[in-house]
Amino acid sequence: MFHIEPMLPSPFRVVKNRKETQDTRTLELASATGGDVPSWRPGQFMMLYVFGAGEIPISIAGDPARREAITHTVRAVGPVSRAICQAKPGSAIGVRGPFGSAWPTDRYEQHDIVLVAGGIGLAPLRPAIYAIMANRSRYGRVLLLAGSRTPDIFLYRREVDRWRRRDIEVRLTVDAAAKDWTNSVGPVTTLIPRAEFDVKRSAAFIVGPEIMMRFVVQALAQRGMSLDHMFLSMERNMKCAVGFCGHCQLGPAFICKNGPVFSFSQLEPWLSIRDM
Amino acid sequence: MIRVAAKNSVDALLNALRRRGYTCIGPCIRDGAIVYEEIRSEHDLPIGHTDEQEGGLYRLKKRDDEARFGYTVGPQSWKRFLFPPSTMLMTARRTADGFTAEAPPDPPPRYAFVGVRACDLNAIEVQDRTFLKGPYVDPTYKTRREGAFIVVVNCGQAGRTCFCTSMGTGPKAKAGYDLALTEILEDGRHEFLVEAGSERGHEVAAELSTRPASQDDTDAAQRMVDRAVAQMGRSMDTTDIKHLLYRNLEHPRWENVAARCLSCANCTMVCPTCFCSTVEEVTDLTGDHSERWRRWDSCFTADHSYIHGGSVRPTTLSRYRQWMTHKLATWIDQFDVSGCVGCGRCITWCPVGIDITEEVRAIRETDGGKGH
Amino acid sequence: MEKDIDALLADHLFFKDMDASHRALIAGCGKNVVFKAGEFLAQSNTPANEFFAIRHGRVSIEIHSAGRGPLLIQTLDAGDIAGWSWLFPPYRWKFDARAIEPVRAIRFDGACLRGKCERDPAMGYDFMKRFAQVFMQRLEASRLQLLDIYGNVPH
Repeated sequence: MFHIEPMLPSPFRVVKNRKETQDTRTLELASATGGDVPSWRPGQFMMLYVFGAGEIPISIAGDPARREAITHTVRAVGPVSRAICQAKPGSAIGVRGPFGSAWPTDRYEQHDIVLVAGGIGLAPLRPAIYAIMANRSRYGRVLLLAGSRTPDIFLYRREVDRWRRRDIEVRLTVDAAAKDWTNSVGPVTTLIPRAEFDVKRSAAFIVGPEIMMRFVVQALAQRGMSLDHMFLSMERNMKCAVGFCGHCQLGPAFICKNGPVFSFSQLEPWLSIRDM
Repeated sequence: MIRVAAKNSVDALLNALRRRGYTCIGPCIRDGAIVYEEIRSEHDLPIGHTDEQEGGLYRLKKRDDEARFGYTVGPQSWKRFLFPPSTMLMTARRTADGFTAEAPPDPPPRYAFVGVRACDLNAIEVQDRTFLKGPYVDPTYKTRREGAFIVVVNCGQAGRTCFCTSMGTGPKAKAGYDLALTEILEDGRHEFLVEAGSERGHEVAAELSTRPASQDDTDAAQRMVDRAVAQMGRSMDTTDIKHLLYRNLEHPRWENVAARCLSCANCTMVCPTCFCSTVEEVTDLTGDHSERWRRWDSCFTADHSYIHGGSVRPTTLSRYRQWMTHKLATWIDQFDVSGCVGCGRCITWCPVGIDITEEVRAIRETDGGKGH
Repeated sequence: MEKDIDALLADHLFFKDMDASHRALIAGCGKNVVFKAGEFLAQSNTPANEFFAIRHGRVSIEIHSAGRGPLLIQTLDAGDIAGWSWLFPPYRWKFDARAIEPVRAIRFDGACLRGKCERDPAMGYDFMKRFAQVFMQRLEASRLQLLDIYGNVPH
């Protein structure tokens, strides 16, 4: 337990702002007062603040071992996210956090790990990839099954080869493609029946639209994997990030402090009720 | 320490508190209701008044005595002072190369709450778990709560929507107060039993003119409390209530209550434990100064659960179910205590008189019923 | 040297746990085939008298659009089946099936197999059940693709 000032953002500076797709950018932020960024764990998020506009929760998307900057991949869907995407290097962004629960990489050493990402869901999984690569020998087979709408909007394409070199099997799939695409076409669930991993000694980390996550869980369960070893990163309306405002509740869980990473069996009774 | 004070001792109490720098908040009549505001003398109290409450009904009535605290609870609770409806969290200023952000400058007054009911004291302790006992501590709540002096007044009557006995929260407060008064009114006798619950309560009581309490005095006070128990207007069977609601999330009763609920959010406004809030940034016209404000919100609003272009809970049914199952069930998993203290305000202040005790009863009677 | 077709089918996902005599019957209609990357297994609007059990390599199901070139609808891999238009009249391929890397497959004579299924209903029923599962899986996948869950439409 610790007491932080829960409502005051610290000033950070945009170091880099790189275009990923038409509406998505990856920013690197460094502390404006110099010094290391707060330490954080894969799966956690920060509240990013734009002066006068507001604050939004964004997963941390970079390498947790990196101390001099934090990375966020942001999709412009509203006024605050648009302002963040437009923030030029040198401009100030407020950062509050880190908040939330982490991917249980420690718990699954000596296991196979299946990472399943849909769309921008690859961003909160990327830190887990870094963490696994940093200790690659502690894990068995590591698979990344990533889905995207079309080939041109795959995040982090240039890093895929680097991940493959670290013995991570990467399988990409899109909803639709044109001639030059030689990877798979079809929903990411179609990659699961033939993925090679030990269903009795593995964990799955899943992020994407909720519909996708539900189908992925079903496909993994059909392979014989236990729901206890499947982990999802959830999203709900979030205002405070510290469990006070009440908006992000799903049943008894606060997505901001009990999540965003949950085991599926923890959430299953609540996700199966409509409009919960 | 148990003593007895005369019926007009509230003035001396308020003076003793004000001398210590407290702003005294207590009951007074305004707009046809008993509300909590700053009081300066006992004349501000609703002397000789009581309240008549039922589902969707609240009226003030005159009593035939001069009771200072002869009512139950009004629409407000102490959360309006500990967790204010609207509070500034932060100010920010644009600078040459960015911005600075600061906590607001002015510390709040130190409050003495005079006339805290046992149910409401429990409600404060329930909100303590939200704002003080989790991994994060809310500085606004903490400052106000730590500074607050609590004068409980045990109930000598209960209203028709009260059910504190079912929730184990009253009518007599057990601990957690600085002072507890019980207004003894019987056979022409009108006095206060005064019990200290803390060191500072003891010191304040010492400045009042009191005599030691006899067995007869404590018996009389107990009879007042017993009368409240006997008058209790509602009841709720809380046996295994968490699992009862968890296994009935698709019970047809939700449709029944959804057809009546207006989604007006009154219940959440008057409930002493509800804590939902929203956060807004407000800039001035120059655009160089910004403030972040927190204000009360309600899970009954359409956009409370808004994400990605729509609300997760788009129907009145889903929102009523969220409120009631949170209050009575998931709250227990979150905070190890029920969110309901049996104050009855949600029943009284619901425009259509939805009764949370009746909703639980209806579900219990047909436990395991499924929706379509 | 051609490996015995029946033995190859025993290893193929579609034929998993199939009764040995049924499988042997079906193997009689099968023949090993090989495609180079870029070669078509079948083209749309041609007679459909065959289907393929993919043993190795990736096949794309696509449709050609003037001006935009081929639009890839779904890819199939080892263990998948390509082609169902041979099952029902008018027996014409609706889509293109193209090897996007070197492909080894077993091509089945549709007319031969249709006949055998009519004459041996038990085998026919088992075979149809397996095909029905393929339809179901393809339909589920198509539905998910239709939902466009990653798109700008909020989900």
